[in-house]
Amino acid sequence: MLFGLLCLTFAISHLVPGDPARLAAGPDASEAMVQTVRARYGLDRPLGVQFVRYLQGLAAGDLGESLRSRNTVRADLARYFPNTFELVTLALLLAVVVGIPLGMLSAVYKDTWIDHWSRVVSVSGVALPAFWLGLMLQLLIALHLGWLPLGGRLGITATPPEPITHLLLVDALLRGQWSTFADAVRHAVLPVVTLCFPALASIMLVNRAEMLETLQQDYIKTARAQGFSSFRVVTRYALRNAMIPTLSMIGLRYGWMLGGTILVETVFDWPGIGLYAVNAAVSSDFQPIMGVTLLVGLNFMLANVVVDLAYGWLDPRIRRPSAT
Amino acid sequence: MSARVLSLPGQEASARRRSELRRYARLFARSAASLTGLAIVLLFLVVTLIGPWIVPYPGDARGAVHLDRKLQAPSAAHWFGTDEVGNDIYTRVILGARVSLQIGLIITLVAALIGVPLGIVAGYVGGTVGELIMRVTDVFLSVPALLLALAVVGALGPGIVNAMIALSLVWWPGYVRLIQAKTLALKQETYVEAARAVGTGRLRIVFIHILPNCVSPIMVKASMDMGTAILAAASLGFIGLGAQPPHPEWGAMISHGRNYLPTWWWYSAFPGLAIYFTVLGFNLLGDGLRDLLDPKSRGMT
Repeated sequence: MLFGLLCLTFAISHLVPGDPARLAAGPDASEAMVQTVRARYGLDRPLGVQFVRYLQGLAAGDLGESLRSRNTVRADLARYFPNTFELVTLALLLAVVVGIPLGMLSAVYKDTWIDHWSRVVSVSGVALPAFWLGLMLQLLIALHLGWLPLGGRLGITATPPEPITHLLLVDALLRGQWSTFADAVRHAVLPVVTLCFPALASIMLVNRAEMLETLQQDYIKTARAQGFSSFRVVTRYALRNAMIPTLSMIGLRYGWMLGGTILVETVFDWPGIGLYAVNAAVSSDFQPIMGVTLLVGLNFMLANVVVDLAYGWLDPRIRRPSAT
Repeated sequence: MSARVLSLPGQEASARRRSELRRYARLFARSAASLTGLAIVLLFLVVTLIGPWIVPYPGDARGAVHLDRKLQAPSAAHWFGTDEVGNDIYTRVILGARVSLQIGLIITLVAALIGVPLGIVAGYVGGTVGELIMRVTDVFLSVPALLLALAVVGALGPGIVNAMIALSLVWWPGYVRLIQAKTLALKQETYVEAARAVGTGRLRIVFIHILPNCVSPIMVKASMDMGTAILAAASLGFIGLGAQPPHPEWGAMISHGRNYLPTWWWYSAFPGLAIYFTVLGFNLLGDGLRDLLDPKSRGMT
């Protein structure tokens, strides 16, 4: 799987019509200079040799260097990834914390106004262009009402904390820099809300559908008949069983968020890997895009492992396949 | 009753099919959401068809310059206002529907044309080839489509054609997954086994038994994909890697209008609404189709 991903990134960066050496040498470079660059990066070797060298480099943690920032891609990613990680994690948390109860309420109060409104919200959430939603939130809340900052990670006056975990919010807390923390939170609200909206919508929809099905099962009726309170039946018995499909949607949405963060970071000028990839793509700077693709792919694979583990935790039958 | 007894078998079959269709139509009409979706999609199609004849300033689609009326607020003369060179935004939004329809159709079609045959091969033939196809599919699915498309467009260079190529290239794996699963299930059906037992050729089985049964899931997915593909193309346009100005593409228009926020809000606002309603329409239609064609999910969404 990982090997396949490596092949894919390599193929995209090498089998396209653009000539990376010419790009690296600049538009005014002479043929001789292009040749020098080509030799320096080994671009004149056969593809097979290039691929092996690419793998060797990766094994040593070398992702190439960015032509634009002149840094190694690894250093750039190390700098930008924590910001993206924070954004995506917060958005996912918000989506789960709001989406699951909303789906639950919607299922329990099916065909009432609660259900109708949460469905309107969720159907809109999937269809709204994230970048446009971001712009409109900026327009309304940041520019018109002036409640929150327009974009960026921190205000100019705030001092960033000394890095411990490289996660700005966590670091600010650990260092006890309350004003910095508050500023960082204010900057995070709009991007997080924008990014979470489509995920919230689909988590809610899946959870609602699953809850509706689960609530019709016999064991739920039995539990109700035995006089368990409605709240207990819904949260303890039904929700747990409805969680498995919801969980796979959460895993899937994590991946989509890593894609959607490209747009949200562009709108809010959030210094993460999405914005980094966009800037690289606009200036035909390959290595960073490949680095980001690889990193995101790895993250997604990890997320799938976590989801699989969580299945086992939720459903003992999966944990002990022999018992069924 | 007597008429039915006298009718020829062919007529009877077609009558049955008609009543079947009527039943479907009734089921579909029961759902307000599906009907809304259908209405939006129909409106979208009508707009793409007659667009050039209903817009007030047809010349503005290709980037005419009227600096005397630049950045005007929405008014009777310019329903959605004007942009920085005085083009009527209403005109450009209406004509942008054509661009979006074209993008959506091409991406969905190419993705289905690549994905469906691969899915059938992976599901029906299986073996090493099938395994290989599924591995490659998994790799593609492990990276968000938008990021992958960004990488491909970064390599090919910006432009609407390249954006379409990139999105088509990353869009097919979903179809492989869908069709492979469906084919695997169909393969176990008695009638397919029977066909195989009497010596029917593989190709014939695929075309007579497998493909027709894949039509409804493909239709549902294609309807949903029209929306998501339009959204993805607009996203690339917004980043600046898709359609280039003065092409009337919604994403690119929003991206330009962004520089004129907050004072000239209408520049970004209306193209965004157009994307929203279009995607919403295709999603609702897809949902409705799924409820219709897959009775198990009926009433669940």
